[in-house]
Amino acid sequence: MARRLSPGLIRAALYVAGLMPASVAFAMGATGRLGADPVNAFLRMLGLWALRFLILSLCVTPLREIAGINLLRYRRALGLLAFWYALFHLTAYVGLDQGFDFPVLLADVEKRPFVILGMVAFLVLAGLAATSNRWSIRRLGPRWRALHRWVYPAACCAAIHFILSFKVLRPETLAYALAVALLLAWRVLPAGMRRRAALSR
Amino acid sequence: MRLFDYPRPAASDITPEGAYLSRRATLAAGLAGGAAWLAGAPRGAWADPLRAAPGALSGTGLTPTPFQDATHYNNFYEFGLEKTDPAERSGDFHPRPWTVRVEGLVARPRTYDIDALLARPLEERLYRMRCVEAWSMVIPWIGFALADLLKEVEPLGSAKYVAFESVLRPAEMPGQDSMLHVLDWPYAEGLRLDEAMHPLTILAVGLYGRTLPNQNGAPVRLVVPWKYGFKGIKSIVRIRLTETRPRTAWNDRAPDEYGFYANVNPAVDHPRWSQATERPIGARGGFFGAARQPTLPFNGYAEQVAGLYAGMDLRRNF
Repeated sequence: MARRLSPGLIRAALYVAGLMPASVAFAMGATGRLGADPVNAFLRMLGLWALRFLILSLCVTPLREIAGINLLRYRRALGLLAFWYALFHLTAYVGLDQGFDFPVLLADVEKRPFVILGMVAFLVLAGLAATSNRWSIRRLGPRWRALHRWVYPAACCAAIHFILSFKVLRPETLAYALAVALLLAWRVLPAGMRRRAALSR
Repeated sequence: MRLFDYPRPAASDITPEGAYLSRRATLAAGLAGGAAWLAGAPRGAWADPLRAAPGALSGTGLTPTPFQDATHYNNFYEFGLEKTDPAERSGDFHPRPWTVRVEGLVARPRTYDIDALLARPLEERLYRMRCVEAWSMVIPWIGFALADLLKEVEPLGSAKYVAFESVLRPAEMPGQDSMLHVLDWPYAEGLRLDEAMHPLTILAVGLYGRTLPNQNGAPVRLVVPWKYGFKGIKSIVRIRLTETRPRTAWNDRAPDEYGFYANVNPAVDHPRWSQATERPIGARGGFFGAARQPTLPFNGYAEQVAGLYAGMDLRRNF
């Protein structure tokens, strides 16, 4: 049984399951079943899933070092799902929320720090998504790893963007920001300490 | 097109004194029954029928927001941060018994019982409501001019502002009990005296032909239709006339984002979003039917209130 579930199949299932929340919410929103403010609900939900997949992709390395669970072959799928949700989130904002009103959108990007942070996160994810293929990995060689460390600042920007998108600090936004902070802090720990943490389990 | 129906009195319903007095008896009976019903009430239970004459200052040509949305999409941080929290988490809140104290720089300070406020001649006013978060509703409020109440307590010449305070009940309002310091409870708001005396400013005790549901600020709240919704302080227990500008909850929290005046102004952005347009709540047909609409200066009430701010720089006094 376990042998028949090939990584390719699991990856495909991951994409299907991962895109499910967006499909369901889109169908509900398009048919007037997403509450009193469907655009805002859809927008929030898409952004939240982008951050969730980003966090999951950051869990892969610590999980392998601490718990010995190797999910490396699914990391790219998780990162790409984060990118797709960020793209949907941005598209919903530009199209559904602002109705393609480009002067307003440009003004937003120009002067609102929380929008700028979101844009930076998106642009970085777009760059990483564009180089998430074998050809780019071969082509970029050792520079590929350095390039994909940009996911760390992207996650920072996304978490702060999430915090700032509400009028007050919320337990929910703080919890996500804390998760990002811990996952990034873990990466700056010296390798010796990480090994000790792994051994003490 | 009418999206919903609520008991709207005909012109012939404008109540003669005799019938009006008998209404008090009916109301009292209704409240007694209501109290028994509240004891075992389901969560979010509320809202006895409440009749009112159509007010002369009621908006025309406005389509009311569906009742369900106006009562289930609310900002009332005393009950939680999500729009759905107030309807879901206000079931333990007791809007009876209730009194409102009016004091400060007045000749005749008074304490009003909520039943006495409900027994006053009430008007229905269909008003636009514009939230600072750039969404909007149209709500048929029931209430009376705040000016009528203030005249009864006889403001002194030194009174320049009116300070409002909400109830503080962490046991019944889970948001006040939150670990996160969201706002300085109790919620506080304020108006300049001339704003408070403006005929458009009302104390609302009902909406859509019913008494106020808990989630909409039961049993009595402020409605100032040309200002952002957060000025409309809910569940009021104290009104105080002062000489100096009172503290207000959101201005305390983030003075660069929420000014004292908070007049709806499409030309002055919130630091994090444009105020030029708004999303009407409750548009049917899904999000493709939910297009933004332009925001109007003073939320469409410029003709009536712009004069209050003559000579003021509304960018600085936002």
